Amino acid sequence: MTGTGLSSQAWLHRFAVLTAAAALGLIGLGGLVTSHGVGMAVPDWPNTFGYNMFFFPISKWVGGIFYEHSHRLAASAVGMLTTILALWLHGRNARPLMRWSGLALVALGVATCIGWPGHLADGVVLGGTGLILFGTSFVWPRCEPSSKLLRRLGLAAFVAVVLQGVLGGLRVALIKDQIGIFHATLAQLFFVLLCAIALFTSSKWRGINEEKASGAEKVAAPGAPVLSGAWVLLLATTLLVFGQLVLGATMRHQHAGLAIPDFPLAYGKLWPATDQASVESYNQHRQEVVSVNPITSLQIVLQMLHRIVAVLIAGAVACCAWILRRRLGARHPSSRLALAWLGLILLQVGLGAATIWSDKAADIATAHVLTGALSLAAGAILSMVCFRDLVFSRVAAQSAVTMEAWPRTSFAPKPAGTTQFH
Amino acid sequence: MTRNSTLLIVAGLAGTLQLASAGDIIGTVTIKGAPPKEKDITPLKDDAICGKFHADMPTTHFYVVGPNSELADVIVSVQGITGKSTGDAAPPVILNQQGCMYSPGIFAVQTGQKIVVRNSDPTPHNVHSRPQVDGNKEENVLQMPGQADMTFSFSKPEPFLNFECNVHPWMFSWCSVFDHPYFAISGKDGTFKIANVPAGKYTVQAAHRKLGAVTKEVEVTEGAPAKVDFTLEVK
Repeated sequence: MTGTGLSSQAWLHRFAVLTAAAALGLIGLGGLVTSHGVGMAVPDWPNTFGYNMFFFPISKWVGGIFYEHSHRLAASAVGMLTTILALWLHGRNARPLMRWSGLALVALGVATCIGWPGHLADGVVLGGTGLILFGTSFVWPRCEPSSKLLRRLGLAAFVAVVLQGVLGGLRVALIKDQIGIFHATLAQLFFVLLCAIALFTSSKWRGINEEKASGAEKVAAPGAPVLSGAWVLLLATTLLVFGQLVLGATMRHQHAGLAIPDFPLAYGKLWPATDQASVESYNQHRQEVVSVNPITSLQIVLQMLHRIVAVLIAGAVACCAWILRRRLGARHPSSRLALAWLGLILLQVGLGAATIWSDKAADIATAHVLTGALSLAAGAILSMVCFRDLVFSRVAAQSAVTMEAWPRTSFAPKPAGTTQFH
Repeated sequence: MTRNSTLLIVAGLAGTLQLASAGDIIGTVTIKGAPPKEKDITPLKDDAICGKFHADMPTTHFYVVGPNSELADVIVSVQGITGKSTGDAAPPVILNQQGCMYSPGIFAVQTGQKIVVRNSDPTPHNVHSRPQVDGNKEENVLQMPGQADMTFSFSKPEPFLNFECNVHPWMFSWCSVFDHPYFAISGKDGTFKIANVPAGKYTVQAAHRKLGAVTKEVEVTEGAPAKVDFTLEVK
């Protein structure tokens, strides 16, 4: 591995972290949009009140338009970062792709300007983007492509960010609240995907591989069956967190405010009445400032499920933290990460309660969304790390293969019959 | 000429008979029980532009209750009449956006009747109608300050059809759509009057957005108005 290669890998990792952080910020902005109930403040898409979004005058960013338009611009920035990341993962092989797609965009921009004079700004943006892409292709680093897995993940991230933009646009253009649920769900998956890319490009991930490669006996790897059990629990808990986020997104995109206004009880009971007369009574006493849709019994049941699943998640994450600490020791990175995960979950429970006590204050509800995203990412990262450790352990246990055969980085050729994790 | 005159006389007589066999339904709506306290609309007061229009903290107006429990904003309508809309010829209803609030907050129209939406504010609003009944079109359009009035209308009856502004998410108005002209909205003194209802026995409904609906039977005869009072209960 060359020094240049190491440096390039380090910068790639930093860029992946930056992209993931930007995606998290974007989720926060999206959370603000929904929490303020202003998702439909800009009724057209892909334009903004007829303007190309990059030319929409700042003087018109008033009220809910500010949040929605900021979300759109930030989404464009994340889209750009994701595109660069995906290209970077392809290394020098991205050059021809950039060149030709740049030329195609320039042609499209010129065609738009000529054939569609009313959309001059759109043509300029398209053509300008194409020119930048084309020009950049000549100075694009000639680094080696990353591993096949990373290249595929980069491509998946690119597809996801495009799909996410289209979903967000359709939610506005078709005026469909339901699309918002998919938009919110895909945002979480996209964030996890970027976190995975950041993890796989990290020196720590590569360093551990190298450590293992230098000799399995030096690593106090637990037995495969032990990690197997832990990994299954980690994965199941992470999936539970994901299900909880989908449930949360479903609740938020009902635009009905709080289905249950009190906590820890629910309408003063452990399980609230959900018959028609009771729901009518609840609606009579609800005084909403925003999100005025009346609540339904289904929404009450959804929130109760959200509370129950929260308890299950807290218990499951506590179990994960305890098991990893016991099996791997308190100082093991996975144990520490599991402890941090537990901290996030406890914070999330507190924020959930605060969301109710504050009558769904926008900033607190958004913090709840953000912590949810971080919780999912933490679970996913921990699952991936443990899965890798599990595979290492099994390989070490089942064969006497020397770990020198393990691929070190994308710069090292992959020996036949070995497993590559990045 | 003689034939035309005869037709006119017949039509006039028919019209007179129609009016003569119609009556009014009047009454008062009251509330039983204590409604919840209205909420401060803090985001409105905090808004840099809209907040200037309100010296005091604006509040929601879900329950407009008089000193003797009179209840305003209740939509009283005759049930069981369909296909009698005169909405095309009815005067338009003005829905004004002023001080970053919709006014009126509760109103009713006939199918086909024009709803003229006006922006009297120095800030943009988006007028977002959110019908739930098939056949009534959902729209979400921007109205800039000083922009010409916009016209909406709905072809199907629908209770409490929601108008909102997503630029200012505290702005709401609810419109009930009927396919006949026999409805009224209770005023601040709780009274209402449905005029020129054809004589006959009817079910009359009083519907409040929060309190739900109650019905009563009433017989309309020519001469004295039919009186029916309603009490809506906070459960």
